[in-house]
Amino acid sequence: MDFTNFLMMGQEIGLVAVFLVLFFYDIIASERAKQWFLPVTCVLFAVLTLWGFCPDKPSGEAFGGMFIQSPITVLMKNVLNIATLIVFLQTAGWLGKDELRGRRFEFFLITLITLLGMYIMISSGNFMMLYIGMETASLPLACLAAYNKHKERSAEAGVKFVLISALSSAVMLFGLSFLYGATGSFYFTDMSTAVSGQPLVIIGLVFFFGGLGFKLSLVPFHLWTADVYEGAPTSVTAYLSVVSKGAAAFALLFALYKVFGSIEQVWQNIIWWLSVITITLGNLFAIRQTDIKRFFAFSSISQAGYILLGIIAGNAQGMASTVYYVLVYVFSNLAAFAVISAVENATKGQTTIAAFNGLYKNNPRLSLVMTFAVFSLGGIPPFAGFFSKFFIFMAAASSEQYLLVFIALLNTVVSLYYYLLIVKAMFINEPVSEPVRIRSDVYNKISMLTCVVGILLLGIFGFFFYNIADKFSFGI
Amino acid sequence: MNILSLFVVIPALMLLMLFLSKDLKQIRAIMVAGATALLALSATLVALFIQERAANPEAVMLFTQSVTWFEPLKISYSVGVDGISVAMLVLSAIIVFTGVFSSWNMPMAKEFFLWYCLLSIGVFGFFISTDLFTMFMFYEVALIPMYLLIGLWGTGRKEYSAMKLTLMLMGGSAFLLVGIIGIYYTSGHTTFNLNEIAQTLHIPIEHQRWIFPATFLGFGVLGALFPFHTWSPDGHASAPTAVSMLHAGVLMKLGGYGCFRVAIYLMPEATHELGWIFLILTGISVVYGAFGAVVQTDLKYINAYSSVSHCGLVLFAILMLNRTAMTGAVMQMLSHGLMTALFFALIGLIYGRTHTRDIREMGGLMKIMPFASLCYVIAGLASLGLPGLSGFVAEMTIFVGAFGAKDIFPFAATNTFTTTLTIVACCSIVITAVYILRTIGKILYGPVQDKHHLSLTDAAWFERVSAVGLILAIAFMGLYPSGVSGLIYDSVAPIIERMAML
Repeated sequence: MDFTNFLMMGQEIGLVAVFLVLFFYDIIASERAKQWFLPVTCVLFAVLTLWGFCPDKPSGEAFGGMFIQSPITVLMKNVLNIATLIVFLQTAGWLGKDELRGRRFEFFLITLITLLGMYIMISSGNFMMLYIGMETASLPLACLAAYNKHKERSAEAGVKFVLISALSSAVMLFGLSFLYGATGSFYFTDMSTAVSGQPLVIIGLVFFFGGLGFKLSLVPFHLWTADVYEGAPTSVTAYLSVVSKGAAAFALLFALYKVFGSIEQVWQNIIWWLSVITITLGNLFAIRQTDIKRFFAFSSISQAGYILLGIIAGNAQGMASTVYYVLVYVFSNLAAFAVISAVENATKGQTTIAAFNGLYKNNPRLSLVMTFAVFSLGGIPPFAGFFSKFFIFMAAASSEQYLLVFIALLNTVVSLYYYLLIVKAMFINEPVSEPVRIRSDVYNKISMLTCVVGILLLGIFGFFFYNIADKFSFGI
Repeated sequence: MNILSLFVVIPALMLLMLFLSKDLKQIRAIMVAGATALLALSATLVALFIQERAANPEAVMLFTQSVTWFEPLKISYSVGVDGISVAMLVLSAIIVFTGVFSSWNMPMAKEFFLWYCLLSIGVFGFFISTDLFTMFMFYEVALIPMYLLIGLWGTGRKEYSAMKLTLMLMGGSAFLLVGIIGIYYTSGHTTFNLNEIAQTLHIPIEHQRWIFPATFLGFGVLGALFPFHTWSPDGHASAPTAVSMLHAGVLMKLGGYGCFRVAIYLMPEATHELGWIFLILTGISVVYGAFGAVVQTDLKYINAYSSVSHCGLVLFAILMLNRTAMTGAVMQMLSHGLMTALFFALIGLIYGRTHTRDIREMGGLMKIMPFASLCYVIAGLASLGLPGLSGFVAEMTIFVGAFGAKDIFPFAATNTFTTTLTIVACCSIVITAVYILRTIGKILYGPVQDKHHLSLTDAAWFERVSAVGLILAIAFMGLYPSGVSGLIYDSVAPIIERMAML
């Protein structure tokens, strides 16, 4: 066996190493030593994340084309790492509760497994590999959603997630079987030469969309999103909304670019309609929500629709802007979730939007973080979200999708309306109950600080990142 | 550092210092110092600009600088000014300065001024930018603080108005953004720089046909173009004094400025083909706004509708596409900016004391607060175009230019179309006189309506600073119009030349 293959899997091996260290720490360490669970995890993971940014990673194909590592996949994994690290920081208040004593490490272990699955999704060069990655990422996520097992809602979220994810895997596998039948291979490189407009391929492509559409929560496949987001623990919701979504977007991007490049017209049509209905319905449903987690579920649905605008371009610019968009989305959405979990922990689990009424009076900093987050999500300058939205629109326009850009733009106005409702609740509305002075723990503070720095700097100084992404990106 | 970048750096520094400030005294000190610095900077810029222009009469833009920002997307931070932008920068500096004094006693001063500074960053940044991306970014920076400024510190139906204003303007910017991206790609995706696109590149006519309406509408919404003006009365009526001043005085000018700097300058062919549609709309704005003001009873609504009428006149003059009218348009922007700011400052002053803005409930204020009333009369006279004040020179220039305008529109061979519209628009002068004199007669003279009003005080010193500053500017413009128009007249030339080439 040729062990040089493993050299390319540096990040995966690093992740497994972190996993093993934590695993043995959990088994061996005494109760006292386990008090340091969070700093240990965060430091280990931060080291891995930083290491991911070291330049000159080996790239190429391994295991006969099953596994592909290139600078852009390294970059995407780094984006996911950053997001996961921020989520870990946000868990302190929740995992510190007594009822979770003894089960704290499981959260990190399971999360790391799902992350490994997502790495594989991104790096796969074969549809079977992609499928295995997706399953590795999906099933443990159901455990995470049901993590507060004594809570009915959480258990319900887990069951819903498992059922729908099983269904969508079945749909996807069904589609893959068509693709196999039409092309005689599962390798991306072989398939791309065999793919042309055969009806079988198109049917397979549509089913394949169904599978990934579930993970991205695109509109016809989005029904699980709100319920699961609402029921799952807030940190898990945060993880689902950024990391899982980002990984699915990247995997979809590679599959479409690498395999279906020759039938660009077909999938651009599909994406056109998907993104229009995803953005529009996501927005319209978000307006009516009274629970902040459900609200962010629908907001994240419409954000997924915007990500599709980058994918539809089909060129290097599209890929670069998608990566950039996801990174900015990570910071913005996680900033919002940091505030949500702070408020939730301080008000004994309240997640209604009404709980945010008058937040500014007693917690000006928290409200400011939330304001930055929603402004960035809504695409308001000088926050990073403006830049990422602009670039994604430019990418879509580069393939002459002006109408799509226009529809998406009108939708940003709608989205601004409901984001402003949050701002209004915090700044203008009077508090309903006794206002509390919220003291968030130091980890959550670090996570908020990171997110705010990201939101503020990734826009004006975003060219550092964008130029790198642009250099590594490729088109059809 | 380029002198123009200072216009963005100073408010940004003010923002930073406000964050660190502790008490009201410090906040006021920071704001006054910063606003004065901006005013001084704009005066310096005028002097330098005149010098530089004499030395270099050929260049379209002066003080240009360009720094590459997002290299793969050809986005750069580029600045540069011509006479028009200089005039707008001076106007903005004056209004920011007087606005600080008009909001001397704001509750939650720190937060208020934080958003206020962000707003000024957007306004100044917009006028110095020559890169479409940077320009659009500053444009949006200027829009969003409005929501909180009105929603938090406003009066009346503030939440409704704030939301309506924000969403309508953002809707406009949706049109604008698709237009800007369209300009970039259809001109050969090599640059976002306005001047380079205008001078070396060309947008195919079939694309101009959709980009021109998109950008014109996008900016037109902010310029209160009929029928997209409805945010303006509600927004102005609910906004706190300084915000009304800045919004009507400067922000609405962003619309007019953008219309000719982007829509007309870059797409002359489409302007020829489609300009007449917008010309009719602006004609309606002018007359409709004036009639609207006649029937209102709330002081702020009267002034807001009058703004619709006056800003309509700006767009009207721009679309006449000749040099005189366009010079008039810029002068009207200046004149309207100054006098409407004065109006709002005084209305804020009166409302702060009488706690009503309904003109039926006020009367005889001339005896009670003579200083404020006198200023109100001056503002009114400027608004109805009395010679010697700014309104007269601006409107005169516009109508002279518009009346003689050749019909550039494809369907009319003679100038009947523009002449007819000019005559219609001229009617607005008469209507303006009606609502101005009616208001003055009602609230300043006549019997005192409410006994409590007798005990009211006249303007405080900080309110006097703001009113006197604005009146001086209005009088300067009215008495020395050639100085102002000289600055503008040359800078209109490149736009007109592009038109003439067709």
